[in-house]
Amino acid sequence: MSRIDTAFDKLKQQQRKALIPFITAGDPSLQLTVPLMHGLVAAGADVLELGVPFSDPMADGPTIQRASERALKHGMSLRGVLVMVAEFRKQDTTTPVVLMGYGNPIEAMGWEVFARRCAEVGVDGVLTVDFPPEESHEAFEHLQRHNIAPIFLLAPTTNEARIEQVAKLARGYVYYVSLKGVTGAGNIDLSAIENKIPQLRKHIKLPIGVGFGIRDAVTANAVSKLCDGVVVGSRIVQEVENSTEQNVVANVGKLVKELRVALDQK
Amino acid sequence: MSYKYPDSTGHFEQFGGIYMAETLIPAVEELRQQYLHFRDDPEFKAELAYELKHYVGRPSPIYHAKRLSDELGGAQIYLKREDLNHTGAHKINSAMGQALLARRMGKKRVIAETGAGMHGVATATVAARFGMECVVYMGAEDIQRQAANVFRMKLLGATVVPVESGSKTLKDACNEAIRDWVTNVESTFYIFGTAAGPHPYPMMVRDFQCVIGNEAKVQMPEMIGRQPDAVIACVGGGSNAIGLFYPYIEVPEVQIIGVEAGGHGIASGRHAAPLTANAKVGVLHGNKVYLIQDENGQIIETHSISAGLDYPGVGPEHCLLKDMGRAQYVAINDDEALEAFDALCRFEGIIPALESSHALAHGIKIAPTMGKDKVLLVNLSGRGDKDMNTVAKLKGITL
Repeated sequence: MSRIDTAFDKLKQQQRKALIPFITAGDPSLQLTVPLMHGLVAAGADVLELGVPFSDPMADGPTIQRASERALKHGMSLRGVLVMVAEFRKQDTTTPVVLMGYGNPIEAMGWEVFARRCAEVGVDGVLTVDFPPEESHEAFEHLQRHNIAPIFLLAPTTNEARIEQVAKLARGYVYYVSLKGVTGAGNIDLSAIENKIPQLRKHIKLPIGVGFGIRDAVTANAVSKLCDGVVVGSRIVQEVENSTEQNVVANVGKLVKELRVALDQK
Repeated sequence: MSYKYPDSTGHFEQFGGIYMAETLIPAVEELRQQYLHFRDDPEFKAELAYELKHYVGRPSPIYHAKRLSDELGGAQIYLKREDLNHTGAHKINSAMGQALLARRMGKKRVIAETGAGMHGVATATVAARFGMECVVYMGAEDIQRQAANVFRMKLLGATVVPVESGSKTLKDACNEAIRDWVTNVESTFYIFGTAAGPHPYPMMVRDFQCVIGNEAKVQMPEMIGRQPDAVIACVGGGSNAIGLFYPYIEVPEVQIIGVEAGGHGIASGRHAAPLTANAKVGVLHGNKVYLIQDENGQIIETHSISAGLDYPGVGPEHCLLKDMGRAQYVAINDDEALEAFDALCRFEGIIPALESSHALAHGIKIAPTMGKDKVLLVNLSGRGDKDMNTVAKLKGITL
């Protein structure tokens, strides 16, 4: 059984919801990414989404754009991200790691090499924001061969036919984008999520994580009641941006602990 | 016609596609369906034809640049005068088509990206014409380079949003327009400026721009009794070029030449010529195309004297035409484009856009190597009024 499936099974038995934080690899520095990953796990994260920086992050708001720019300035690359995951796995063999980013760095490496490297270093899932199922045949083939879960996004605009299509291809979990917009946008609409989830559940048997616009413990708690896990990205990246290299691991840990406590409240 | 691209999924062989975030996929699918429906609708076609004739001023003439040709002493250079269109460039052909489609789809707000500002002006113009809200995204560096066009857009009632991220040029304006679209997807129609992006844009923009080549195909025989020996157009994203080229694809005796922006020269690495420089295939802005990038798949900043060509990718159909060998792609450097700019001003009394000057420069380069009975049709895609500041600065003159 994959690490992602194991993690969600365990959470289900405990009747808890998954906390899925996102950080951009290489931000605030190359050296701090692995310590941050361990810090996230220690603070209560169940799955880690590790952002692979891209020069043109079209689906991201200003916070994650700036994080990508910082990371690229530090020389971060897809190769480098894979090395970081290998480093992380020396100490943590159980927490699932999902790489999230845009397709072009993977295209440049080649899907075959990428999928093999993911398996070697211990990556569990891959979410490529700008590769919808229609364009994911090659990706899917290689990821499947190496047992790497393709994680797909669903959106408020996704119709039932597409939900069905994604249900057939997705592994691990499905990421529901809670609002029309880029990462870090405000104004999450709880009732809209509540209305959409049953439509998703009809076809999707995998756990459903919800993200985009979850900025505090109260919202995280409210959203978690509607799904299986919450993804928090921009708020954490913002904490990284506002911290120094000395206190960033502690600050991010504190924030994630607050989110954990909120999620575990009944 | 045996050449039939794109296929039903929007692919030009390996190029093209719909590489977009999930939130926008239903929007491009809706656009595809609506476009396919209205494309063949007689009422839509009649309205577009009316607007192109009475508002845009089509057909645009073809002009024999005789003094310039005589000076060069070789092939005769003919110019397709897209610079005479309302708003001064070919961009309005597609902006008009898309605006009419937006109206039929009930969208009251339009957005656009712009580089040199010509597509922004064309979009602001059609938005004013039909009473739609208009927001144009433009790189902060381009706003500096093209101040006059920014003012024109504002006069036309558009909001111009400066984009400060990345290289602050066309590709970043594109990113920002996509961010707007994903946020306002239900109310907003994205009037895309070039024959690139997710399907159906490369096909739709091409179809609207084909009026250029379709007219030329009728006009050339009227003028010289036959088709030209070659058609030449500048290629950034490549919408003016595909508009001229497409109707000639299955006319094998007509050579097709696309001219990219060579910037400081291909060898310098500071250019915007993915096809000429043999860039690797990559994915950006919704489609798979030849793309200027580093070994890690990050997009590299491009350079061109002309903001409209300063883009790391190129439309998917040009990628296919290159691979098929049906079109040839070459690059013209900044200084060669400027020389052509000057030449057209002095010999013909026509001030061309710096973008179009690239196409002209290639015509000027090859004409002397050809016989006087040969004919080159160069697409003069836009006029140069917008480039006064750039050219003056390069000549060390303060306006």
